[in-house]
Amino acid sequence: MSKVHIRARVNGDPVEFLAEQGMTLLDALRDELGLTGAKEGCGSGDCGACSIMVDERLVCSCLMLAPEAEGRRIETIEGMARDGGLHPLQRKFLEHAALQCGFCTPGLLVAAKALLDQNPDPTETETRFWLAGNLCRCTGYDKVIRAVMDAAAELRQAHSA
Amino acid sequence: MSQLQYYAPGSVEDAVKALGAGGRAMSGGTDLLVQLRAGRLPPGPIVDLKNVAGTQGIRQENGGWIIGAATPAALLGEHAGLVAAWPGVVEGAGLIGSTQIQNRASLAGNLCNASPAADSVPALIAARATCIVAGPGGRREVPVQAIVTGVGKTSLGPGEFVLEIRLPPRPPRAADAYLRAIPRTEMDIAVAGAGADIVLDEAGVCQDVRVVLGAVAPTAVIVAGASAALVGFRLDEAALERLDSAAQVVCRPISDKRGTVEYRTRIAGVLARRAVAIAWERAEKRA
Repeated sequence: MSKVHIRARVNGDPVEFLAEQGMTLLDALRDELGLTGAKEGCGSGDCGACSIMVDERLVCSCLMLAPEAEGRRIETIEGMARDGGLHPLQRKFLEHAALQCGFCTPGLLVAAKALLDQNPDPTETETRFWLAGNLCRCTGYDKVIRAVMDAAAELRQAHSA
Repeated sequence: MSQLQYYAPGSVEDAVKALGAGGRAMSGGTDLLVQLRAGRLPPGPIVDLKNVAGTQGIRQENGGWIIGAATPAALLGEHAGLVAAWPGVVEGAGLIGSTQIQNRASLAGNLCNASPAADSVPALIAARATCIVAGPGGRREVPVQAIVTGVGKTSLGPGEFVLEIRLPPRPPRAADAYLRAIPRTEMDIAVAGAGADIVLDEAGVCQDVRVVLGAVAPTAVIVAGASAALVGFRLDEAALERLDSAAQVVCRPISDKRGTVEYRTRIAGVLARRAVAIAWERAEKRA
């Protein structure tokens, strides 16, 4: 089977790689590009551990094929911290202890950032519904939600300051 | 699965050829890729329809709406005009999976996956939506309810795929609604669903109605007795009681971990009532 040559932007940088035609974008990110932040939890779009942004849309990278990434702008958890500084969501996850094993954390962070980018002031209910596709099997959701709400408040303050 | 061939044609003609040669149609891939990976479908070349001309976007034409078959469900909810015209269709589409899935899953995929519990299908059938099916013989327009013939089965022939979903023009005082019941608040499959579309006259009397149930039979089912129950009447408890009975009559559900035959049948009646009541109220506000 011939591999396909794929060009895309990942976290702002142009990348090129070869992938099997039926390879998932998640496997390409992890195995071809060495970006192992996105995880395979279920492989069926239920758990959200593989969440990434494609052209500013939140998707499960396990349900997208690598050739579909051609020409797209992709953002992964690896692009969230900037200039050595954690994103406020990442800091608040630490402060609120919103993780234990950490397997779901990259997906939750990417999904939470997607929410706050389009809705800086979500209600708790909106946040819970938005994150319903991100499963955590150890911490539970309460600390995660508190961390996201706290980060949202901080980002709003920073924005208005 | 990584050994599968992937092909993303740009034209209807190329898509028809690739599908005719044994390819599997994919739009969002949120069902197809899961089934291929789980081995529930025999492997075959994947034909991605998202780049085919006409499969993307939402537009108005001659008073009706045309939704490209591969348009992600999230875009329906973000389209103010479509939400205003067909709130029930948008409600159904909006219930397909998580935020992540919403950005990929499409109406045609939800339809052609042919699950009895597909959330967008009852509202589409209630709305009298049609599909433009493209294939080796050209294009044909068929009602949405003619596509799914059984669990996992469609009437699409070799090389055929759904290119567009069409919603008809709205008369005044018309509105729709969709409701489903699941055991939790999010991320589950319908125990039962009900789509309702209703047209009222100037006096607020029901002129026309269609109610369609999901997840209570191998395919979505039209409530045959809905017209007799509601047309010519105002919204009152007696009318809803008649509808409830008419809805329960058409249910042929299975028992599984989400609900028994008895529960599904009862809840289908309740959902039918509530969906009609919501559609009715919406229609009155358009008077």
